Amino acid sequence: MKTGYFGDFGGAFIPEILHETFQRLTTAYEAARADPEFWNAYVRLMENYSGRPTPLTFAENLSQRYGRRVYIKREDLNQTGAHKANNVMGQGLLMKRMGKRRVIAETGAGQHGMATATMAARMGFDCVIYMGAEDVERQRSNVFWMERLGARVVPVTSGSQTLKDAVNEALRDWVGSMDDTHYLLGTACGAHPFPAMVSWFQSIIGREARSQILAAEGRLPTHVYACVGGGSNAMGIFQGFLDHPEVTLVGVEAGGQGLDTGRHAARLASGAGTIGMAQGYKTFFLQNADGQMRDTHSVAAGLDYVGVSPILAHLHTTGRVRFEAATDTEVVAALQTLMRAEGLIPALESSHAVAQALKELPTLPDEAVVIINLSGRGDKDIFTIADALDDPGWRRFIRHKAASYSTIEE
Amino acid sequence: MSHATLEPFIRQRLAQRTAGGQLPILLMSHLVLGYPSLDENRRVIDAMAAAGVELMELQIPFSEPIADGPVIAHANQAALDRGFQVAEGLAFAAECVRRHPEVAFLIMTYGNILMAYGVERFIHRAAELGARGLIIPDWPPQEAAEPMAWCRLESLDWIQLFTPTSTDERLHQIGQWAGGLCYCVARKGVTGTRTDFDSALNHFLGRCRAVTAVPLAVGFGVRTPEDVRCLTGQAEIAVVGTAALEIHLRDGAEAVGDFFKGLRPQS
Repeated sequence: MKTGYFGDFGGAFIPEILHETFQRLTTAYEAARADPEFWNAYVRLMENYSGRPTPLTFAENLSQRYGRRVYIKREDLNQTGAHKANNVMGQGLLMKRMGKRRVIAETGAGQHGMATATMAARMGFDCVIYMGAEDVERQRSNVFWMERLGARVVPVTSGSQTLKDAVNEALRDWVGSMDDTHYLLGTACGAHPFPAMVSWFQSIIGREARSQILAAEGRLPTHVYACVGGGSNAMGIFQGFLDHPEVTLVGVEAGGQGLDTGRHAARLASGAGTIGMAQGYKTFFLQNADGQMRDTHSVAAGLDYVGVSPILAHLHTTGRVRFEAATDTEVVAALQTLMRAEGLIPALESSHAVAQALKELPTLPDEAVVIINLSGRGDKDIFTIADALDDPGWRRFIRHKAASYSTIEE
Repeated sequence: MSHATLEPFIRQRLAQRTAGGQLPILLMSHLVLGYPSLDENRRVIDAMAAAGVELMELQIPFSEPIADGPVIAHANQAALDRGFQVAEGLAFAAECVRRHPEVAFLIMTYGNILMAYGVERFIHRAAELGARGLIIPDWPPQEAAEPMAWCRLESLDWIQLFTPTSTDERLHQIGQWAGGLCYCVARKGVTGTRTDFDSALNHFLGRCRAVTAVPLAVGFGVRTPEDVRCLTGQAEIAVVGTAALEIHLRDGAEAVGDFFKGLRPQS
């Protein structure tokens, strides 16, 4: 098989000017991967800096309610509150090996940008974050933190001014800056070696979850649920169980306002995605008949993306991973259920995995053991979640706050 | 099998200029179809053809133009926002070829446009309408065995790109695939900002020349008669993209014709 391919998916469809850069990155990644000391250093760093291993929490109340044993993998307890930390710290270590001193990244809602900014602060790199101008407006709190952490946030005004445009802009920067700059892609997408490399760093989730469930239950889970935007947290946890066909793996995409409305980001579960190549790789995209990418929709910005990891696209066609979609409404309901039942505040993204698990739990055999990957925490998304819950007290607070600022400034 | 016509076209036009005592360099322009509109495209193509521009790149807009700078990327999105469709772009390209048989037209776009249309079908259509070559900047040759094979069958040139970041080994490898012309990216970075035509460029073009006998087209940042004069003798073709688009937007289609005339003043 050709390098960087997973079945028919993946590859490296990049401008020629980036050819050498990708060659060098691939070489550095392969050397790191072949060096057990690199992985050990990575694990030590994650233990020391990000609280790993994250717990596999037994969800006692949900388990009792549904009569099946439910575990939650707590990626929400990472530094910056999401699995994104695994990838940025891993690539940060790789940057040091490669002697780069400037890092650029794209971000949608700001989580990956923020994780990158913390890594850059910790490791002493210059940091530029590309973010769609619309997202900069919508996610001020994350922009605030990135800037305070020392990153420069560049609003992207091209295209639809969202995540995919930020990816394009970051690639444009890299074309002119590759000598000293690393492009830290945030998910298991893009040109080779990114899908494989990001999945490798995220595999720490699955390795831990596998040994934790064996310790807790003495057996593997029957079902594992993870949300799928680009696909990095799903790839992370699934890798602990891919070799065990008896473990059902379920990827949950953004159903948005419903698959029949066309306003969703379910590239695989909807059947509406078609094979194409963009942003450096071949996968299923939501695109029109001309091959132009369509606008996607989700209440969760981190899942609002036109493409999906080529590795997951492959696992979809082989049938190893089943893909489902949860709608915005189901997701908001699931978020509230998990908060009330277990005292956990999931990110809207992660709530997709929760929603699908809750849908399926009553239909599973009594002896089922379920793991839900809680990829991120929600309290950092208070603006978005308060909006999604349509919380009247929060609205009053914002009005009040705005009024107090307008008297100061004007 | 018939033969690709792009290189003979370039050689012949260069010979004509040399015989006529004119600066022995050709001009290749670039425009984004549907931006600002196909009518405006038509006007500016007429003006450029009248100004003697020998080759024109017609870019079919794509929603993810990763190899383009902000000006061209914006043009791509604006054309799509106005409802541009690939079928009308191809029909327009066919019209251009009929209207200006003295110009060599190349189609530039991104790989997904071909995939969505059907790679074989797209290449067949491009050859049938009279395009001389395809420039697909996100489809590197090691991934492009299939479209390059279809292009050979259709006698259409799949244009290779050389960049200053390429190692000699890589340039040599690409040189093996070259046909029609080679597009030399004159500097690191995306389309549209300033290049210094300095010794680094001389050195780079020397490295390109060493690995291929096909004509060299130098793009990315050509703006002035001085730029064109500096390239003469080093490259067969100067590519002018963003500068012409900016003039078009600021001063209209006629001004683009004057701009191109001014790039190669009569000596």
